[in-house]
Amino acid sequence: MTETFRMAGAGRLTPAKAVRFSFDGTSYQGVAGDTLASALLANGVHLVGRSFKYHRPRGFLSAGAEEPNALVGVHRDAARRTPNVRATVQEIYDGLSAVSQNRWPSLAYDIGEANDLGSPFFSAGFYYKTFMWPKAAWDKVYEPFIRRAAGLGVAPDEPDPDHYSSLYAHCDVLVLGGGAAGIATATAAAASGARVILCDEQAEFGGALRFETGARIDGKPGWDWAQASVANLKGRENVRVLTRTTAFGYYAQNLVGLVERVSDHLATPGDQPRERLWQVRAGKVVIATGAIERHMVFADNDRPGVMLASAARTYLNHYGVAVGRNVGIFTANDSAYAAAFDLKKAGVQIAAIVDLRDDPRGAVIEEARGLGIEVLTGHTVTKTGGRLRVSSIAVAPNAGGAARVIPVDALLMSSGWTPSVHLFSQSRGKVAFDDATQRFLPGQYAQDCVSIGACNGTDTLDAVIEEAYAAGENAVSGTKVLRPAATTSENWTGGMLGAAPGAGPDDTVKAFVDFQNDVTAKDLRQAVREGMRSIEHVKRFTTNGMATDQGKTSNMHGLAIAAETLGKPIPEVGLTTFRAPYTPVTFGAIVGHSRGSLFDPTRRTAMHGFAEKNGAVFEDVGQWKRAWYFPQAGEDMHQAVARETKNVRRSAGIFDASTLGKIEIVGPDAAQFMELLYTNPWAKLEPGRCRYGIMLREDGFIYDDGVVGRLADDRFHVTTTTGGAARVMNHMEDYLQTEFTHLKVYLTSISEQWAVIAVQGPKSREIIAPLVEGIDVSDAALPHMSVREGKICGVPTRLFRMSFTGERGFEINVPADYGEAVMEAVWAEARKHDACLYGTEAMHVLRAEKGYIIVGQETDGTVTPNDAGLDWAIGKKKTDFVGIRGLRRPDLVSGGRKQLVGLKTVDPNVVLEEGAQIVATPGQPMPMKMIGHVTSSYWSPNCGRSIALALVVDGRDKIGERLFVPMPDRVIEVEVTGTVFFEESGERLNG
Amino acid sequence: MTVSQATRRPILAGRQTTTPNATVTVAPPASRLSLRVPAGTVAAVSKALGIELPTRPKASASANGRHALWLGPDEWLVIDESGADLAGLLGSVADFHSAVDVSHRNVGFIVSGTGAAMTINAGCPQDLSLAAFPVGAVSRTILHKIEIVLYRTGEAEFRVECWRSFADYAFTFLSAAARDGSS
Repeated sequence: MTETFRMAGAGRLTPAKAVRFSFDGTSYQGVAGDTLASALLANGVHLVGRSFKYHRPRGFLSAGAEEPNALVGVHRDAARRTPNVRATVQEIYDGLSAVSQNRWPSLAYDIGEANDLGSPFFSAGFYYKTFMWPKAAWDKVYEPFIRRAAGLGVAPDEPDPDHYSSLYAHCDVLVLGGGAAGIATATAAAASGARVILCDEQAEFGGALRFETGARIDGKPGWDWAQASVANLKGRENVRVLTRTTAFGYYAQNLVGLVERVSDHLATPGDQPRERLWQVRAGKVVIATGAIERHMVFADNDRPGVMLASAARTYLNHYGVAVGRNVGIFTANDSAYAAAFDLKKAGVQIAAIVDLRDDPRGAVIEEARGLGIEVLTGHTVTKTGGRLRVSSIAVAPNAGGAARVIPVDALLMSSGWTPSVHLFSQSRGKVAFDDATQRFLPGQYAQDCVSIGACNGTDTLDAVIEEAYAAGENAVSGTKVLRPAATTSENWTGGMLGAAPGAGPDDTVKAFVDFQNDVTAKDLRQAVREGMRSIEHVKRFTTNGMATDQGKTSNMHGLAIAAETLGKPIPEVGLTTFRAPYTPVTFGAIVGHSRGSLFDPTRRTAMHGFAEKNGAVFEDVGQWKRAWYFPQAGEDMHQAVARETKNVRRSAGIFDASTLGKIEIVGPDAAQFMELLYTNPWAKLEPGRCRYGIMLREDGFIYDDGVVGRLADDRFHVTTTTGGAARVMNHMEDYLQTEFTHLKVYLTSISEQWAVIAVQGPKSREIIAPLVEGIDVSDAALPHMSVREGKICGVPTRLFRMSFTGERGFEINVPADYGEAVMEAVWAEARKHDACLYGTEAMHVLRAEKGYIIVGQETDGTVTPNDAGLDWAIGKKKTDFVGIRGLRRPDLVSGGRKQLVGLKTVDPNVVLEEGAQIVATPGQPMPMKMIGHVTSSYWSPNCGRSIALALVVDGRDKIGERLFVPMPDRVIEVEVTGTVFFEESGERLNG
Repeated sequence: MTVSQATRRPILAGRQTTTPNATVTVAPPASRLSLRVPAGTVAAVSKALGIELPTRPKASASANGRHALWLGPDEWLVIDESGADLAGLLGSVADFHSAVDVSHRNVGFIVSGTGAAMTINAGCPQDLSLAAFPVGAVSRTILHKIEIVLYRTGEAEFRVECWRSFADYAFTFLSAAARDGSS
């Protein structure tokens, strides 16, 4: 196909470089710089989509981001199928493939169009009314139906292969919008050397100067001035200019979110990110977002070929494309006349200008008549004809009378301009209704920003330039900069809000207010009749303004119709609040780098590689990867864990304990600080000895636990749970800085300084002895619960004699970079003694066999030391520690609390489920009285039976009794026992 | 019996990403001290370290490959590129202070090139203009989802320090950010 609507000598896309693209499988040619919309229009294509509810044929309404109709899918390849792309924004590139949406089997013949005939059924509030009854039908019928009908476009079903970037930036002045106002204010602000960021959603700066041919600034046509000014700004080191960059969200303290479309317009994006998310913190924000033209509300105003006057001007003056050959105009203001003049001068026939105003005066009327254009004042378009494209308009006097049918192939409309106060409103600024001009304008500001130009209701170009320069200077307290002279022949004021006479009042016509959600003037009136009074209710009942275009063209019309129906002035009905995002933002841009390995940090210990080489299966513990078990050939997890647990008790096992939190507590008051943070006594703990410590919150419940070694009078090495590492450090620092400020103590996290190798089992001493220097590892010199500093494998170590298995055990701390080498040396020795590597699962089983608790498993934030059977760890003579008063609360000392006990299933082969509830007697009526739950449960190879720990009401009094665990398929009988299942004497600890 | 000496295996040793915008290099091992010193002892500790501990927020002091980075009113991170025994130097300071060896806790990265600041700004919300964050400036801050210490060593060079287990994340993130760059 050839571009039969590309006008020779018109537009700015020169030199014209041909670009091939396709739409719904048909190949077309456009020109570099075209949007998909301008390129299709150049080929005479207006029909691009079907409307959401009624499946009505739709064309382009606009030439910008406000587009409600022309939403298409853009398919780069199977994984890159972007739905709901506005064809008026998407630039074409060689090979671009676009498809229409919401139609089947084809755009021209769409079965869904039947909805249009059935439209009486789909009136306002249809869903609320229809899907009410019977209730049972919701799951099976209504919801699936609504879900199938909902949504536009098809999401890709493969992972997004593109990558997305992010950037934080700071500036003195952030200018949102690169039209005449934005460029002028950036120029003024930049002159002082301030850091300026200027952004615009379009591919090129200029804003309305793209089509406003009457503007002259600094002696140049407006567009030329814009390009020269931006080139000047680009050359300045203190200015950053961003095209294809939409300010979508205005957040607290002048943080503005921008999304830059980096490569969506390129045929071969290469290694560039698709989009970049900017989070800009600005000293001052200048909002220069312009205004958006409104359509006219009348019957069948949605036929392809019916569009905004400014859009037609943009297509002609910028892209060199005529939207038709015989064009009608329907307006309520002056600005649409310029569209007629531009088209007429380019050789397009103007069928008529239908002006709703009874007696418009001024130069434009004269000029129109001078150009030989028929101007019908006091007239309205009552409806349009055509099916897939407008073919005629019916025109009648406002006062009534016979309609005249005028053939057209395009109709341009304008009911005036709505200032884009979206970002101002997002900044929490309050808009105020200006009665004289019937529009909402920025009122009270909430942040350090200023609105200038059309979005501030400033209508004349010279006033805009003056306002912009002043704002730029004020933003940086700069000196006054010389203003360029600015004039324009165009008038942007005036217009009307609400329905034109051709919209009703109350017949069956479809006069669209919101094109994207198919909301008509009738729907809005009906909403009011059915009792909606607030615009918030009207909006939700009709869905006016709730589509992805956020009602950029429809909000004011909708509000005016509701106000008129209610018989109230517009400001009394209110305006809905604008929220981010201004235009849709991809999930990719929001996610940015946070995917794959950067979704969340994956933490690995220094011995991770060693574990991998030895066949470890890993489990996620928070962000850590921990070796879970080490299966040998043919073993499943159960078999591997059974072997590991037996091996540890038979000879020895080696375990990576590096993830435990570690804190070094230093200072003359270190012991006193420990006394206050832990329940245990510490003052008399000798250097070189360790103690198991319990930490409470103020409420008396267990917060964390761990073994603490005293290295010197003034130095403790504290260990915490893996998950508690960060919060215990914060907890301690909080108390030190707020409650215990008198103590001379400093805390340092050393979790990652030390890699920790646990060597546990009867042979543990023989394994480490040959590697250790300067430490006597005999039971006499290094008894259970002691710590020494020395060397292992020639590197410094803090060697702990401690156990989480019930066996003689050591934990070798070495500086992390030595961890793997020392692990290899230990393993080489260990293999001489029939030892094994074991993982977290065997560790859990081994500790449960001994009844050692795990904070977060046996405890849940409501368990006291007494509940857990750990009263012995509370210093009885202590008068103060965090939680001491909490422990005295009546509820914590009274009977009836859940206590930690052991459970043995009567059938030793049955392993209980963790979390299972416990009842006193089976066969109770539902709901049964639950008296406890299982906290840990394992098969214990060393006991040859299942074991479990549980919290049971008054559990310690129930030892020896039978209780029951009801499961979906059966009831399991259990016996309450003590918590130690293996070797109650504890002698093995001492070797 | 003789035991073979365990060798140090620094994480990501020698790794580097080079792009037209920036180069991200894993710094060689260094010795490090987490230093907590009350105001009255700062002079004595400074003397022992041979470097004046800075007391102005975000400041650093540097001499002969030894750097003292201000992290808080009584907190410094001391880095010695030659691996000197920093804790040993402080043995003579009797007054209350805390010097904890964290040489292996941290991993350092050098980010350099015209896009160095932008590479870091991909995940760090701080203003890294030379006016706000001049050469020598230090901040304990964030790099997207992890905590870092950021130290500007030149107009177009930064040192990024993070904990060992976050090094993979930091290197991957900085490499991705360096590749993206910006016009």
